[in-house]
Amino acid sequence: MLIKKPSDIPSSEITPKGLYITRRRFLGGAGALVGAVAAGSEISEILSPSQSALAGTKLQYSQSQYSTSEKQTPLNDITHYNNYYEFSTDKYEPAELAKNFNPFPWTIKVEGLANKPKTFDIDALLKMQLQERIYRMRCVEGWSMVIPWIAIPLSALLNEVQPNSKAKFVEFTSLKDPKRLPGQQRNVLDWPYVEGLRMDEAMHPLTILAVGLYGETLPNQDGAPVRLVVPWKYGFKGIKAIVTIKLVDHQPTSAWTKAAPSEYGFYSNVNPNVDHPRWSQAKERRIGEFTKRPTLMFNGYGDQVASLYTGMDLKKNY
Amino acid sequence: MKAKYFKPLVFLACLVPLGRLAWKAWNSALGANPIQVITWSTGTWTLVFLMLTLSITPLRILTRQYWLIQFRRMLGLFAFFYGSLHFTTYFWLDQFFDWHSIAKDVVKRPFITVGFTAFVLMVPLALTSTQRAIRWLGKRWQMLHRLIYAVAIAGVIHYIWLVKRDLRKPLIYAAILSVLLLYRVVVWALHRLSNERTENKPSPALKRSVVAID
Repeated sequence: MLIKKPSDIPSSEITPKGLYITRRRFLGGAGALVGAVAAGSEISEILSPSQSALAGTKLQYSQSQYSTSEKQTPLNDITHYNNYYEFSTDKYEPAELAKNFNPFPWTIKVEGLANKPKTFDIDALLKMQLQERIYRMRCVEGWSMVIPWIAIPLSALLNEVQPNSKAKFVEFTSLKDPKRLPGQQRNVLDWPYVEGLRMDEAMHPLTILAVGLYGETLPNQDGAPVRLVVPWKYGFKGIKAIVTIKLVDHQPTSAWTKAAPSEYGFYSNVNPNVDHPRWSQAKERRIGEFTKRPTLMFNGYGDQVASLYTGMDLKKNY
Repeated sequence: MKAKYFKPLVFLACLVPLGRLAWKAWNSALGANPIQVITWSTGTWTLVFLMLTLSITPLRILTRQYWLIQFRRMLGLFAFFYGSLHFTTYFWLDQFFDWHSIAKDVVKRPFITVGFTAFVLMVPLALTSTQRAIRWLGKRWQMLHRLIYAVAIAGVIHYIWLVKRDLRKPLIYAAILSVLLLYRVVVWALHRLSNERTENKPSPALKRSVVAID
């Protein structure tokens, strides 16, 4: 009953990538360019911005000192076992249900308490200095992965809009569109999904906006076209399909905190000593491994982030 | 005797969920988190068999197919069988015999406390499912086996409490169980009513008939 049939092979694995990208470009109305597609990979430079970024497009990026050398979780597991309630509450379903979601064109509004509020086109983000960040990802449910994100530091984006001194927190909002995101047709959460970070957490070099995975643009089911990744916090802090980033002076209430305040706090730092009310957080199962491993404080990023929380009672500020 | 011919077939059908799971495990088709899939599947089938067991009595009375009673023990034992697999998956595959953490779970996690309780309560029912035990316990057997109501309620609560947010599936089980329990309450109430009409004090014979019906 609860065992799903193995999902159909994604179309991306059946149709040669070049071919389906060509097809999409054609369908996208870039008829004049079709002939040029044959000319080679430089084609994305010629295309208008909204047509250049397609799911599964290879990205240019550099390596980062923040990456872990741990064994990476296979792409198929990252794309076929994840929580994305905007599509389904079942971790095996987003892969199939997000298949036809078209994340392009897309813009991200960065607004609020900033000197230079700005709306970013996803293509502008993809042209920024991208880095590969291989991070551990710990889900609040007790499983974990190692994921090679392609990303830009969130601070790079925030610096461009110049937050003013009143900005104390950052509030992120996802797309709300029940037609494109069928999971929003039910009030499992109070849509749209909202997440928040303290300013210093948002500016921390480990905090990234991921636009890709395994060297290519983000698969739809993993939050295309852009999502937050905060590796020392539980996975649900990583809000997907972001449309608005707002600089605010008050602590935002995240979607999960709103749904169950006693279970999901604002900080949601990975902490083996603070159990979720309904299960222990002391251990985790790394996807692909048999026995559980101990969960590390701040998901193993304590050296870099523990100082953000000095003097704070992390049992109270869970 | 219809049951005689059906019994082996029903027995095999009851093993299909396990066979399916084994087949998938053998073919590495259990997805990214196989242990979770095994846990969920065995848990689900425990609940399904509990519901099936509880549906025998209403079904045989309402359809007058009294021979159905001969399947009740088998279905009940399969509920225990899948429950045991579920529990084994938890302490072996999931916790890998970490008794300290298991003990903590049982005491501290309400959904595990109630699930563990349900499993423990099933043990005496399975142990006293033999003809000999039935004879030996006499009337007390029926009293004892009413524990299945507690087991089923605890099982459904276990499911409701472990779900993070989306309650649709556990509530389906809650609804089915409510109907099955409501049937018993209605039957019991009707008997009481008819007893009161015939005489003020219900006779021991009538009392027994109420017992017999559930």
